[in-house]
Amino acid sequence: MPDARTEILARVREALVGSAIDPVQTVAPRAATPVATRELVDLFAERVADYRAVVERCSAEDLEDRIAAALPAGQVIVPPGLSLRVPDAIVDDGTLTAAELDLIAAVVTEARVGIAETGTIVLDHTPDQGRRAISLVPDTHICIVREDQVVADVPEAIALLDPARPQTWISGPSATSDIELDRVEGVHGPRTLHVLITPPRDVTS
Amino acid sequence: MSGTFVGMPAFPEAAREALTDSQLRHNLAHATSTIRAKRAKVVAEVPDWEELRLAGAAVKERALLDLETQLVRLEETLTANGATVHWARDAAEANAIVAGIAKAHAATEVVKVKSMVTQEIGLNEALAEEGIAAWETDLAELIVQLGDDLPSHILVPAIHRNRAEIRDIFRSKMGAAGRPAPDDLTDEPAVLAAAAREHLREKFLRAKVGVSGANFAVAETGTLVVVESEGNGRMCLTLPEVLVSVVGIEKVVSRWEDLDPMLRLLPRSSTGERMNPYTSMWSGIAPGDGPQEVHVVLLDNGRTRALADEVGRQALRCIRCSACLNVCPVYERTGGHAYGSVYPGPIGAILNPLLKGVGHDEQTDSLPYASTLCGACFEVCPVRIDIPSVLVDQRAQVVDAHRGGVPKPEAMAMKGAAYVLGRSRRLSAVERLTGIGMRFARRFGPTAWTGARDLPDAPGESFRDWWLRTDGGRTDGGRNDDQKG
Ligand code: SF4
Repeated sequence: MPDARTEILARVREALVGSAIDPVQTVAPRAATPVATRELVDLFAERVADYRAVVERCSAEDLEDRIAAALPAGQVIVPPGLSLRVPDAIVDDGTLTAAELDLIAAVVTEARVGIAETGTIVLDHTPDQGRRAISLVPDTHICIVREDQVVADVPEAIALLDPARPQTWISGPSATSDIELDRVEGVHGPRTLHVLITPPRDVTS
Repeated sequence: MSGTFVGMPAFPEAAREALTDSQLRHNLAHATSTIRAKRAKVVAEVPDWEELRLAGAAVKERALLDLETQLVRLEETLTANGATVHWARDAAEANAIVAGIAKAHAATEVVKVKSMVTQEIGLNEALAEEGIAAWETDLAELIVQLGDDLPSHILVPAIHRNRAEIRDIFRSKMGAAGRPAPDDLTDEPAVLAAAAREHLREKFLRAKVGVSGANFAVAETGTLVVVESEGNGRMCLTLPEVLVSVVGIEKVVSRWEDLDPMLRLLPRSSTGERMNPYTSMWSGIAPGDGPQEVHVVLLDNGRTRALADEVGRQALRCIRCSACLNVCPVYERTGGHAYGSVYPGPIGAILNPLLKGVGHDEQTDSLPYASTLCGACFEVCPVRIDIPSVLVDQRAQVVDAHRGGVPKPEAMAMKGAAYVLGRSRRLSAVERLTGIGMRFARRFGPTAWTGARDLPDAPGESFRDWWLRTDGGRTDGGRNDDQKG
């Protein structure tokens, strides 16, 4: 008997005998017409808040204070490449186990892309965001998004993102509607998502 | 440890029974109308929705018509990314591969992301036979699993259960599976969700092996995508040392940018959200981040059979959004169990016969008739599957399959009525004959399914007669209860 791979590929070939590949290459329509950054960021903030995430906009100078105010009681962890200092935070060195991360109350990360149309934050887990587990297990996620990271819609985000990197697309806190379709925020992911939107770095530095 | 669909009665019978359950019908009507309204609202926000549907259909169609190349490419890129690729012709092979990986790590349990394909192949039952517990971690799947029950909807599998039933299931069953429910458990959804969080967290934290499906697999980049809401997916994909993903060969898309129309279409069609809470993507192994041993099982299990069907092959475009269930007047009244498969509703009515082939069992053969051909499913389908046309074609195939050989009474009826395909007279004839079959079954031995339940009396009235008389269940049609089966 041929191995499974050989046989499946042969069945696929046979199934398609006489079927030509459709030469029509439909291109997905663009999203809404590009608008000024200011409007994009407004839309992003509004759409993230629609998911019942906490959204604040603040200057770079205020950022550390806002983070401090947003942190719950308990320990906080930050990724090794976070571009600002969070007092008393544990800097992740990749050694904490899942069970140890479960004892930590909050995480502060940056992000790669914000998508205005859908209110989505994309993490690609570079050192300013850290490995996936640290933004998953703690119950509060404070996420910093810079205004120049916000794009209009999904196609712009896809074009910017590197498929080689692991990614987490986040649209609001964890949620379920499994019980009589009542929406409940917070099942397994962080129950609190706190998004801080700040001006681009080059403007403030 | 969960129920099974094997040996269920044909659709008209199962539907008939489901229709007598008023709690079920109330829950379903509420669920489907709520999701329909949400979907309509967010779809209306997208000015180019119809073009987006065309793009979504084209992405899947292109990959399917070039499937051999795409699969070979996917294998190459996954392997280059550090993943191990396995191929499985059928459910038994796929289950054996997953069990083998778990055993190689001496795992006695795995944590699972909700996945249609692992239900399709009966993975949990197969692992249980090998002494490996498979924990469902999606809230609805947990409710179904703890209740030793069957899923009834693709998106909200426990939609047939109300909050009080869920509380009772958690109270009585959580303890045996791990951390018990708290003593003061109420039936508030937030309280029930919190209990599930506590119950499952210990399993996530200690899990060595995670099992998932995938919504999409990108051939060009070797990327798998899982779309979810609760974060249980992220837990299963991130925390275990070993990750095994069972992926139907129809999940492949060619290019990275093909994800764009799909990720715009799926959440709006499915949960009626602009975007679902969490989408995870991974391309093999990411050093120092997540599972450091990654397996992908590419599964056929009837998909090449469906691919060979020129009319039916479009069903392989399906992205399991469940929009067609929510608009289906038949589904809304019968629920998912009546379809006897993990794939219920309009898509189930065509996909099951395509995957399994017709002419072998009455249950599958009855599914193409579980429709009024109203066309609502096609209108909402984000990848433009023309379900009504496939249904009509499948009906013809059912009839053909029963030509020749030893004709069953049902086959005779089909034969005689073949030229009035889709016409109501013919459908009622078939239904009445199916009723005769059930009376026969009552005498000569119950099936696995009926053995576990009271066998319903053969209805004095067929599904279609009932439908006409009661305007599809909107009125009671002046029926007496003593007619109840
Ligand atoms: S057939 Fe279309 S509408 Fe139905 S679940 Fe599949 S993709 Fe969704």
